[in-house]
Amino acid sequence: MNTPNESNQPSDTGSPADSAGTGRPSAAEALGGGAPGKSRAEGRELIKFQDVTKRFGENTVLDDLCFSVDTGKHVTLIGPSGSGKTTILRLLMTLIKPDEGTITVDGEYLTHEEKNGKLVPAGDAHNRAVRKKIGMVFQQFNLFPNMKVLRNVTEAPVHVLGMDKDEAAERARGLIELVGLTEHLDKYPTQLSGGQQQRVAIARALAMRPQVLLLDEVTSALDPELVAGVLDVLRDIAHSTDITMVCVTHEMSFARDISDRVLMFDQGKIIESGSPDKIFNDPDNDRTREFLSSVH
Amino acid sequence: MSWGLFENWILPGLWVTVQATVFSALLALVVSFVVGTLRTSRLWIVRFLSGAYFEIFRGASALVVIFWFAYAFPLLFGWQLVPLWAGVLALALTYGAYGSEIVRGSLAAVPEAQREAGIALSFTPMQRLRRIEIPQAWPEMVPPFNNLAIELLKGTSLISVIAVADLAFAGNVIRLSTNESAPVYTLLLVLYFLLAFSITRGMRVVERHAKRGVGKLPEKKSRSGQGDVAPAGGSTNGGGA
Repeated sequence: MNTPNESNQPSDTGSPADSAGTGRPSAAEALGGGAPGKSRAEGRELIKFQDVTKRFGENTVLDDLCFSVDTGKHVTLIGPSGSGKTTILRLLMTLIKPDEGTITVDGEYLTHEEKNGKLVPAGDAHNRAVRKKIGMVFQQFNLFPNMKVLRNVTEAPVHVLGMDKDEAAERARGLIELVGLTEHLDKYPTQLSGGQQQRVAIARALAMRPQVLLLDEVTSALDPELVAGVLDVLRDIAHSTDITMVCVTHEMSFARDISDRVLMFDQGKIIESGSPDKIFNDPDNDRTREFLSSVH
Repeated sequence: MSWGLFENWILPGLWVTVQATVFSALLALVVSFVVGTLRTSRLWIVRFLSGAYFEIFRGASALVVIFWFAYAFPLLFGWQLVPLWAGVLALALTYGAYGSEIVRGSLAAVPEAQREAGIALSFTPMQRLRRIEIPQAWPEMVPPFNNLAIELLKGTSLISVIAVADLAFAGNVIRLSTNESAPVYTLLLVLYFLLAFSITRGMRVVERHAKRGVGKLPEKKSRSGQGDVAPAGGSTNGGGA
């Protein structure tokens, strides 16, 4: 019943209690000197989908899709469920492969590699190398239950990036402070609430210094009262770092807050794209209008 | 049965049984992990070969495998194994096949989402296995491994047939020399039971430790009540509500 304009409710933007007034570091500080996108080559195409088609059996989930995301931009994908939004994130994480078309990240092919001038399906090592530029936060957090909070965040930097253990731990502490969980460093994920686990997952993704952060309905699995804390952390990251974000969400006020561009999906196609102002206030497409009124 | 017989046969036999159990259990554990993880490989040929190993050794009689290593192996390869080691090898290969099924099943039970999280952080398949999948599967493996270890302990009595002087062999010797079947075999039953029971006690400690390693604390029974409330309602996430 609210128009998108009025949806900026206090309950949605309130800070998590533990981060209020504790002087925690800004996202930019926590990410350190090697913060992603330091060169800030604005306008450069960081992610590019070219004629990408993905089918699951008979079902065409993405239909000849073309779009790109420029460095440092925050793009939100909205649309009804089954419209292919999450599939885009899973393609970018190489969890699935496109049936047709190519995807490039920072000029390098994903799931394909060039051999003798021809594009061939990429090997695992190639994908791993390109994937290091991308971090992902999952709907169900997917923390490693066999590791305590700190080790969840340090494990990949140490073993994948070859970072020094002490350095990784120090950076991880900064990131965990950023997400407001310093007092939980020494707990296992099962001892945390969903919202806390999701904030650890955000810290874990950022610890890899990705150029792109993929957010896959990161608040959908949370109890309503835990959503605000997670979105708050993400707002902070979006506003104070250069990190590129591709975000699938049903939190429209959050999308409006952080996005540079909103893409409306329906049946595997982008049916409308534009600034959040345009999409949320004055969409051209009837289907978009219908969808937005159904989620508000 | 005199103390002399007990001291000269039963005690050394007990020690041989313990050794055979420990050595073949350790070797079987290695076989279980190697074959079990190979059976989850992406390559069909690796899956096929490790699956074939599993089927063959699961289907083979442990007794015949023991005879094969003791008597056929020297003829085929011109190399005689010490009887104890022939027995240990045969038991480890046989029980390792069963163990590989425990490892494979437990790995398959690790949620797919954990594999995806590992991919998203650019771990190699080997790193995912070692740092994510096996540590999470391990607590699930301990109870069935306990079963298998007890089966293995009892299976070690088979190596008495190739003249390894274990507990069962000692019992037979004493029975033949004294003709006191009832006390001898009753004693053996009790001794095997005590060994099996100590395996179970030991494995329970291992299991508790393994569960603690994934943040489960089985000893705190009141946790289900407070565990859900404390983090959610605590100070850390007081958003709206």
